[in-house]
Amino acid sequence: MEPTQLKSKAMPRFDIFFTCGVAFLVALWAVFATSHADDLGMIVHGWIFLAAAILAVLGLVFTAQVTALQNDQATYSDGVVRFGVIASTFWGIVGMLVGVVIASQLAFPELLYFKDFGFLNFGRLRPLHTSAVIFAFGGNVLLATSFYVVQRTCRARLFGGMLPWFVFWGYQLFIVLAATGYLLGVTSGQEYAEPTWHVDLWLTVVWVAYLLVFLGTLWKRKEPHIYVANWFYLAFIVTIAMLHVVNNLAVPTSAFATSSYPLFGGVQNALTQWWYGHNAVGFFLTAGFLAIMYYFIPKQVNRPVYSYQLSIVHFWALIFIYIWAGPHHLHYTALPQWAQTLGMTFSIILWMPSWGGMINGLMTLSGAWDKLRTDPVLRMFVASLAFYGMSTFEGPVMSVRAVNSLSHYTDWTIGHVHSGALGWVGMVSFGALYALTPWLWKRERLYSLKLVETHFWLSTIGILFYISSMWVSGIQQGLMWRSYNEFGFLTYSFVETVKAMHLPYIVRAIGGLLYLIGTCIMAYNLWQTIKGAVAKKEPLSFTTPNLVPAE
Amino acid sequence: MLFKNHGIIERNSMILLIGILLVVSIGGIVQIAPLFRIEQTIEKVQGVRPYTPLELAGRGVYIREGCYTCHSQMIRPLRDEIERYGHYSLAAESMYDHPFQWGSKRTGPDLARVGGRYSDAWHVQHLINPRSVVPESIMPPYAFLEGREIGIKDVVDKHLVAQTRVGVPYTQAAIDNAKDDLMAQADPNADSEGLQARYGGKVTVRDFDGDPSKVTEMDALVAYLQVLGTMVDFKTYEPTKAENLR
Repeated sequence: MEPTQLKSKAMPRFDIFFTCGVAFLVALWAVFATSHADDLGMIVHGWIFLAAAILAVLGLVFTAQVTALQNDQATYSDGVVRFGVIASTFWGIVGMLVGVVIASQLAFPELLYFKDFGFLNFGRLRPLHTSAVIFAFGGNVLLATSFYVVQRTCRARLFGGMLPWFVFWGYQLFIVLAATGYLLGVTSGQEYAEPTWHVDLWLTVVWVAYLLVFLGTLWKRKEPHIYVANWFYLAFIVTIAMLHVVNNLAVPTSAFATSSYPLFGGVQNALTQWWYGHNAVGFFLTAGFLAIMYYFIPKQVNRPVYSYQLSIVHFWALIFIYIWAGPHHLHYTALPQWAQTLGMTFSIILWMPSWGGMINGLMTLSGAWDKLRTDPVLRMFVASLAFYGMSTFEGPVMSVRAVNSLSHYTDWTIGHVHSGALGWVGMVSFGALYALTPWLWKRERLYSLKLVETHFWLSTIGILFYISSMWVSGIQQGLMWRSYNEFGFLTYSFVETVKAMHLPYIVRAIGGLLYLIGTCIMAYNLWQTIKGAVAKKEPLSFTTPNLVPAE
Repeated sequence: MLFKNHGIIERNSMILLIGILLVVSIGGIVQIAPLFRIEQTIEKVQGVRPYTPLELAGRGVYIREGCYTCHSQMIRPLRDEIERYGHYSLAAESMYDHPFQWGSKRTGPDLARVGGRYSDAWHVQHLINPRSVVPESIMPPYAFLEGREIGIKDVVDKHLVAQTRVGVPYTQAAIDNAKDDLMAQADPNADSEGLQARYGGKVTVRDFDGDPSKVTEMDALVAYLQVLGTMVDFKTYEPTKAENLR
């Protein structure tokens, strides 16, 4: 399965020129930005950009000295994937920790707010939480797994020499810029697209490089067919590029100010934003992670994908239909009703291709269900598919206008998101990280399967705490808002409905805490595995099976 | 047949790429493009105007602090919402909102028509310490806005220029006088004739935060909150007229 030997030719290293050129331009702009900045946010970001450019050049010089710059086509480039695994784990813990903090703020507002400065308030930490778990944790999992999978399924080294490293470190820079921006109050004010214009531009550069690395590797492939996982990765990369660029079109107030005004306003802005927002779910958190499922589940159970034809049908149906679903976020708003109805209709249709993916994943276990008893990593994957199926059923239900009139603006939505995010995205990521670590560091097995088992139960119970408390609080609050007394007046003032949320908010914070503890246990387990340790008292029974490609 | 020919797509990455691009473009184009036929999307109403520089600065604070993560600005045409918050929101009311702030979650109440509902003093006290006026509130305190000068005060004209570039109809006079207008609106002793000539007689001029010594972010935020939902003249708005039905 190793890529065939190629004669190494002395090629001009465009990747190094490119990295140096980008570093130079960034440094030049950063110098001006720090000295001419309109606001504190831009000064801080200018310095971060400058530091990153200097570190990039130093890094290049250092790696040149240790001759790690070689681009040996006979080997896979796995170094960047190893960094991706570590970064995923790190950002996962950060993002989930911030989640537990903001959940606790809502449960105990007197404890965790500070009246004299704003940067630890809910309004600034909430974008930090959502971006950290979606884009930092999820994004790094997608980067790492896509770089791993595309090499194995194409039997070719990653395209572009240093370019994958540029993508990895460039993406980390994007995360640091976005996160520091949120704390400083630098935000575009559009949910899940909060990074400001200069950070968006930087991400665009990184994303184009990512697309180039991925496509370039496909072009170099030794397999005639592009494996199904790569269809999903490609759809994820291309569509996110389109969504990101269109939704973030904006006019900055100056070249050295963080503030900008989006091109679209009011109702057009609303629809563009939820076209983006819902498809960040559809393509970042669904298509990308389905790609993970299509590689790691067949590999973990040592069976081919259940149905080739189902993969084709559900792939094209999923990416076509998802794009239409955005307006269900805008039921009963000032958005024209025809658009709302279209959004609702396609959201209901979307149930089918979503379950197509779940069925294709679950049925891949046919004839190997017994492995669930012995392999807790596989259990992680199967549970993730179960949560995927559950939340892709709940979603269409909530997109129905009548249901939405109750659920919208309440915690039911928050619970729904987390059943998908913690259950599906989180668990399939954990499975992939557990599988990747022994492969990448050439370890015979994980440090401890018992700890995987503990992690599995902690996260499952954590999710159940989380989503059931949010069902209770969401439906209860929705009903209280619309409750009338016998005289025909509203029964509850708004704040009475807030008071009723206290207990569910505590339960939710506990659920999140359990999930976070599970992730920390995973980090310890992966760290021990990397070190080469094996827990005492655990027999060496776990072996990594070979990949059977789909036909 | 379909499955046989799918091999062509699987063997050619560029065909796969273009196929994906085509398939994911359709939905967005069909839904988003028609919205730019403004006359069918936005109702005809009297009274909606661009924000004054002070209100715009306040809106900047609102966005900076992430108020939209807990407060919606979109009243749905449902009986309980209309009784709780007022007339349902019109598209016209947010047509100059770049970005829109409709929100998606009501951890706190809707703010689309909060303007004029509470006194300035109530807002200031509530922002300094929410639980001093609403004991069960879970809102963070914003005491630091008090006494803090408006960050964009000296560049507010640049903000108005950027707003005109995205289609908000500020006049050249509004841009030229942006900083004066910003200061004048929070000072009842200043000459606010120009401000009211540019933004209409309904513009409220007063010392919003109760601190006459300087114009602060508290002034700006309260000015913004007090204008929310008050612009449209509902006496002249006929919701059942054909041009207002969508």
